[in-house]
Amino acid sequence: MGGERLSTALREALASAFVAFLLALPLVGFRLSETQQGIGIVTRFDWVAWGVACVFAGRLLMAYWRGSRADILGHLPAMPALPAVSGKAFVAIFLIFAVAMPFLPFSDRYLVEIAITVLIYVMLGWGLNIVVGLAGLLDLGYVAFYAVGAYTYALLAVNFELSFWLCLPLAGLLAALFGILLGFPVLRLRGDYLAIVTLGFGEMIRVVLLNWKDFSGGPNGITSIPRPSFFGLDFAREAEEGQTTFSAFFGLEYSPMHRIVFLYYLILVLALVTNFFTLRMRRLPVGRAWEALREDEIACRALGINPTNVKLSAFALGAMFGGFAGAFFATRQGFISPESFSFIESAVILAIVVLGGMGSQIGVVIAAAFLILVPEMLRDFSQYRMVMFGAAMVLIMLWRPQGLVAHRKPSARLEAGA
Amino acid sequence: MAATPLLSVQNVKANYGPVEALRGVSLDVFPGEIVALIGANGAGKSTLLMTICGDPRASAGRVVYDGTDITNRPLHEMVRLGIAQSPEGRRIFPRMTVFENLQMGAFAGDPANFEADVERVFRLFPRLAERREQRAGTMSGGEQQMLAIGRALMSRPRLLLLDEPSLGLAPLLVAQIFATIKEINRGEGVTVLLVEQNAYHALRLAHRGYVLVNGSIRMSGPGAELLANPDIQKAYLAGGHH
Repeated sequence: MGGERLSTALREALASAFVAFLLALPLVGFRLSETQQGIGIVTRFDWVAWGVACVFAGRLLMAYWRGSRADILGHLPAMPALPAVSGKAFVAIFLIFAVAMPFLPFSDRYLVEIAITVLIYVMLGWGLNIVVGLAGLLDLGYVAFYAVGAYTYALLAVNFELSFWLCLPLAGLLAALFGILLGFPVLRLRGDYLAIVTLGFGEMIRVVLLNWKDFSGGPNGITSIPRPSFFGLDFAREAEEGQTTFSAFFGLEYSPMHRIVFLYYLILVLALVTNFFTLRMRRLPVGRAWEALREDEIACRALGINPTNVKLSAFALGAMFGGFAGAFFATRQGFISPESFSFIESAVILAIVVLGGMGSQIGVVIAAAFLILVPEMLRDFSQYRMVMFGAAMVLIMLWRPQGLVAHRKPSARLEAGA
Repeated sequence: MAATPLLSVQNVKANYGPVEALRGVSLDVFPGEIVALIGANGAGKSTLLMTICGDPRASAGRVVYDGTDITNRPLHEMVRLGIAQSPEGRRIFPRMTVFENLQMGAFAGDPANFEADVERVFRLFPRLAERREQRAGTMSGGEQQMLAIGRALMSRPRLLLLDEPSLGLAPLLVAQIFATIKEINRGEGVTVLLVEQNAYHALRLAHRGYVLVNGSIRMSGPGAELLANPDIQKAYLAGGHH
């Protein structure tokens, strides 16, 4: 028995090492370098050897863990306690922390800025969660709606001097419209096919923005996008003619932190609205139909649910929140260009949803914090950031393949006694 | 049975690509009846049920329900007409609880009836009441079948289409499920069209039966009569009664 296991483990480890060798030889083994005579090739076969040895040893160790059948799971500290703190208490602690965050003693400008970024991704994750997590429609082009929202605000604000508060709903509305536009042709598609078409859609939007110079500014993007005001009060040092600044109105000394803290609360509220709306929808027939559709489309139709309406509503609402987040992004950055809306953004948002455990709202928060904070913390090791990121993803997939928070809470319960 | 049929399938043909699955099938289901459609694997039984519901589309013939031509109406409109179905393979929502599954069954119905309908399903299947908060996917095959039928009943149908309710169930459970179908029919007055491979149970339960062979009706008659027919005994009942 033991010998057999060992030989299987050895075979698997050899196979992994071979794959690693095939990949490492061209990618690591040869390197172009500039010499006096022009460009030459430097070989680094020792690097390849080390890499292959590491993969071999790693795979063997994994097989050993597997073999002892406690699995890797048994060797890592127990994790499921996270949501088990009792959902309500966890949410309450999280909320209090989120509200108090900018005023905590350790908070500085840098931390609040990062928190804003995390919250943008939380909001995007919650928005995409409607489409992917609840309705089960794999959307790889979600960033397109983010872009639509951002450009809607930027163009309206720069060209027509409309205020942020007016543009915000417009951005959401237009993004929702694009969601329906995308939804129609893909109604009959599922799974891989749907993913490919949505991926194409996302790229289409980006390429159009990149090339339609007169409209979107092309690769130069749009600059000096107006910042939002606090109900008409600007966050400026000096007031413009006939206006009052935020600091003057409240008798505060001017500080650039005011605007950042305001942006923080703005995105916090926007994200919470997204969350609240989604939770509410889950209890309504439409929301329940989303989840049923994810489970079984034919059964849905047999029960009288029209899948067309259900899918379109999921696309439209998911896109709408992407649009809101986009408008916020534009006003926060003050500058947008198509570069901010590349496929990698869609991938990160999707990773947040999948990692969080499809359909879980708390999971999205944890995953967003993880995916945004970890690269941020690893800034000092930025050369190895992608390696560590990849290793973290592999670990998660081994550890909790169903996502961080996989438990689905029923949306309805029968009252006792009924 | 001089009354007009509740469901009338008239010379219906259907294809899967170039393959002719139904070659002109006609059958009638009268109000208050249980009609069993039996036949071997691949005879076209499930296809017929699905064609009644519009997918695959009938290439010829008509499906008339309660005096209205419903040929090739979209599947999701059937429930509003009063036709509920428990599709092949049960198709319950595995990640949802029993209660949520029933809620989905009532999707097209009047919310005012909801509580009464849940109670009715729990009375027919007390087992489901015990498991109401359990995830449907974690239940046994028999319980899932009960849920599939119960869910279909939530829309208060006049006609219930059942596809292989005995599939993969232990003999004791099969008897139990069929007893409940009888109660749904006799006690609740729901007309039932039942597709079954388990010919013995189906024909014993049904008022009338049809035998489907290679996409066309080979034989029809009262259930007891078909059950006694030597050809049917040889073809579908060999291997004993179970």
